[in-house]
Parts: sequence; C-alpha cells; structure tokens
Amino acid sequence: MAQNKVPSALTIGIARGGLEIKQFLRQRESVVFTLAFPIMLLGIFGSVFTNELTDGVTFSQYFVAGMIASGLVNTGFQQLAIMIPVERDFGTLKRLRGTPMPAASYFIGKVIVVFATMVAQVFLLLIAGIVFFGVNLPTDPAKWLTFTWLILLGSAASTSLGIAFSVIPKSGRGASAVVSPVVIILQFFSGVFFVFTDLPAWMQQVAAIFPLKWMTQGMRSVFLPDSFAAREVAGSWETGRTFIIILAWFIAGLFISIRTFKWDQQK
Amino acid sequence: MSDLGSVISVRGLKKSYGSTQAVAGIDLTIARGEIFALLGPNGAGKTTTVEILEGFRARDSGEVSVLNTDPAIKGEAGRIWRNRIGIVLQSTSDAGDLSVKDTVAHFAKYYSNPRDVNEVIQDVGLDEKSSALIRTLSGGQRRRLDVALGIIGSPELLFLDEPTTGFDPEARRAFWALIKSLRDSGTTIVLTTHYLDEAEALADRVAVINQGKIVEVATPALLGGRATSLATVSWLSEKGAQAERTDNPTALIRKLTETYKDEIPELTVKRASLEDIYLEMIGGADGSE
Repeated sequence: MAQNKVPSALTIGIARGGLEIKQFLRQRESVVFTLAFPIMLLGIFGSVFTNELTDGVTFSQYFVAGMIASGLVNTGFQQLAIMIPVERDFGTLKRLRGTPMPAASYFIGKVIVVFATMVAQVFLLLIAGIVFFGVNLPTDPAKWLTFTWLILLGSAASTSLGIAFSVIPKSGRGASAVVSPVVIILQFFSGVFFVFTDLPAWMQQVAAIFPLKWMTQGMRSVFLPDSFAAREVAGSWETGRTFIIILAWFIAGLFISIRTFKWDQQK
Repeated sequence: MSDLGSVISVRGLKKSYGSTQAVAGIDLTIARGEIFALLGPNGAGKTTTVEILEGFRARDSGEVSVLNTDPAIKGEAGRIWRNRIGIVLQSTSDAGDLSVKDTVAHFAKYYSNPRDVNEVIQDVGLDEKSSALIRTLSGGQRRRLDVALGIIGSPELLFLDEPTTGFDPEARRAFWALIKSLRDSGTTIVLTTHYLDEAEALADRVAVINQGKIVEVATPALLGGRATSLATVSWLSEKGAQAERTDNPTALIRKLTETYKDEIPELTVKRASLEDIYLEMIGGADGSE
C-alpha cells in the first residue's frame, strides 16, 4: 500500500534551492538591491578615497575585498536572520514541518540560494570594479582557488549562522531592527569600510573573534599583491587560520541551528 | 491496544501549559474512512489535541497512536509517517511569488507517492488559476490551495483545521463536495470547525470538546439526544401565536387538522438544531465547573 521510501533529504534540498532561487528572482526590488548595493558602495567609497594605499594598491582594490566579504554576511546571515522569522510568522515553516521534508533539506535550500546570489553579486561587482574603478583581478591560479573556497565556505558559514540567529528576533516585523545593527557594527570592526590596521587595537581584537574579519582578510589575500601581506596585523595572510576559523563558525552555526531551530511561534 | 481499522486512537491524553490544563484526559477512536469533526469553543483544547495528533506538540501523558505510530516520532521514521498524512493548517500566508502549479508541483516532490499535480489542482477547483501567482488569489482560493498542498501526497489521513473560514456560501458547498469525495476515495478526515452546519453537512461523527474533555461523541443526528428531543410545533390561532413542545408532534398536528379544515396558519415543526444542542452542551459543561 503505502510506499516507505521517501525522497532523500538532498533531493528535496536541491528542489528547495531551485524554488528559493525562483522566489528570490520574482522579488524584483530585492534582486536589484542585493546586486546593485555593493556596486553603489564601491562607487561611493572609490570616489571618496582616491589615494593609493601603497605601491599601486588603490583604495577601490582594497575595498572590493571588503565588499565581497560583507556580501557574504549580507546575503547569508542578514537576509536569513530577517527572512526566516517572517516565514515563521506566515506559517510557511509550520506547513513545511507537517510534510516529509526534513530540516536538512530546508537548510540545503537556503545554502543554495545564498550561494547562487553570491555568485551573481560577485560577478557583477567585479565587472563594475574592472570597468569603472580600475580594479585588477588576480592572475595566480592559487589565488582563485582561495577565492573559490572562501565563497563556498563563506556562504555555508553565513547561511548556518543566519539560521542559528533567526531564533532571536521575536517576530518578522522586528527582525530587521535586531539583525541589521549587528551586521553594520561587524562591518565597521572588521575593516570593510576602513583599512583594518588603521582601526584601534581593541576593535581589531573584537573583530578577530568573528568570521567577517577573516573573510575580509581572506579576500584581501586574493585581490591584493602578496607584498601587502606584510601590512596585515600578523604580517601574513594567515590563510590556514582563516580557513579553520570560518569552518569553526560554520560548524557552530550548524550545531546551534539543529538544536534550536523553531518551526512556529509557540507560546 | 489500538483496534484494527482505527486510524487514530487516544487514551488518557493530557497536556498543560504552566498551571493551565488545556487537555484534561481525552479518549478518542477515529475509524478508517470516516470524517470526524471536533467541535468546541475557543480554548477548549481542540487545537492542542489536534496539534498533538499532527506531531506539532509534545504531550504530558497518555497514549496516542496515529496510523499505528506515536506522533512524537522523529527522524527518518517521522518522515515516513508524515509521508502518509496531510495537514491543512488554520492560516498560512506565504509571500505568494510562486504560481499555484509551481507550488503544488514543488510539494509533490516531498512525497514518495504523490498524486498528479494537474488532477489535484482540478479537484480543488483551481484549474483556471493554475498559472496565477498565489498573491493574486482570493481568500477562498488560497484556502483551496492549502487543501491541494494537504492532499498532494495522497494521504491516508487528512487534518483540516477550520477549512472554510472566509468562504462565501457557494464556495463552501463546493468545498464540502470536495471533502466528501476525498472521504469516498478512502481518506480519513479529521476536521475542526466553528461552523455547526459544516459539521452537520460533512461529519460521520462529531466529538464535542469543552474544558479539555470530551463531552460527547455521536453522529450529528444523534448528538445530545437530538433525535429524541422534544419538537416545538407552532402556529397562529385567533388568540395569537401558539407554540407547544411535544414528543409526538404528529399527533398534535392531527388534532390541529380537525380544528383548521383548510390550512393551519403559519405551521412550523422545529427540532432542536445541532447548534441548540451544542450550545446547551458547552453551556452545561461551563456551569458544572
């Protein structure tokens, strides 16, 4: 009678990813904002700070690394920590809970839409950077390898932390007020808008706890010449440490998500 | 323990929130292939009971078996269990940027043995809205989409929570026909509703819940001794409006026909409606506390 073989979590997760992308693309304002905002910021900061930081490194070049890293935090962490409470208010999550769809599929779907958004965002940002702001792309394949794992691991970590954080806002309406300040403060502390080493030491130390600082530094290792590594806090790019810290945050986010995820607003 | 042929079996179910006891010892057996309605005022424990049966809430004590499975089941076994049930929640208001067909087709991917997407859309009467975005649907159409998502997995058991709230009378009739046809094709249906006419039109059996307990379980026709309750015969005499309560209205009318050779003016015979019985039942339970 009833078949006992339900579709696998991965199969459903990929289907959810497709659905989430479709939904995202149909919210036109959101698409334009998500994709154009980093370019606008690059335009503003690139026009304000026209000086070179050091031998041939423009501020735009430095800033592009920060914009991509903070794109990871915006499209993953910020977007999800705001959207999931809304989905919870609407009853979308409770309805899903009543189907054979496992939580893992929901998480996989979110990682996919965040990753897809990141790819589009980075692509457009780099094009605009090259055409309008004289940004140079790296030529060393090793740097592109770093770039690839940073985007992949960064998307995954940012997604898992966004899902974990989504239990904190009490309602969808208040979510943005809870989440946005966290992100903005983190961006200032992590050297997205300013040269990291120009920040006070205590700010640098606080930032070093959180993943955005490491994503930004990792992206600098991709977009800045290796000679610039000497100007980092540790005097090097710390690539291995960057990988481990982002991975640790991903696992922590995943663990918290699995333990605390709420499907409905129960009293 | 659970009798053969029963889809849901509940013994001594209890659930408290803090010091408030929402469910105070409920026993229920729901048979395969019936439409079973749960009636009760707000806060009676109706929603809590159903949410425990649906696996959304944990219980404090009691035995619960739904399709021979404890709804508290987790993991892969939980998925296999949910594969066999359909749940239509009270209100879901998605962002609505997807079409009806996209949404139904997507939910079909969650199940091992989904029904045909177009057929389900047609069954709920949304075939003309198949490619419309959800946010363009009316309240009643959205509700029918909710039902489509509840039945796409060909469930053996379907939970319907307040399914026709906000429907116009015509849409309700169409909806009732849909629910009956699901029952006729073998689906067991657990319905919670505020509308007594809905329970009367649809349910094979009705349970009235009040203050966390089942007051009575019966067919709508027999609930609260309705079939044997006194009938009220009323008519208009020269002296004005007359009304008489009797257990034998036919005899009274026979007598009246002797007085009025032609037509008995404004004759009505009224049995207690389900609503009268229901209000009496929950009112009585209120007073006993």
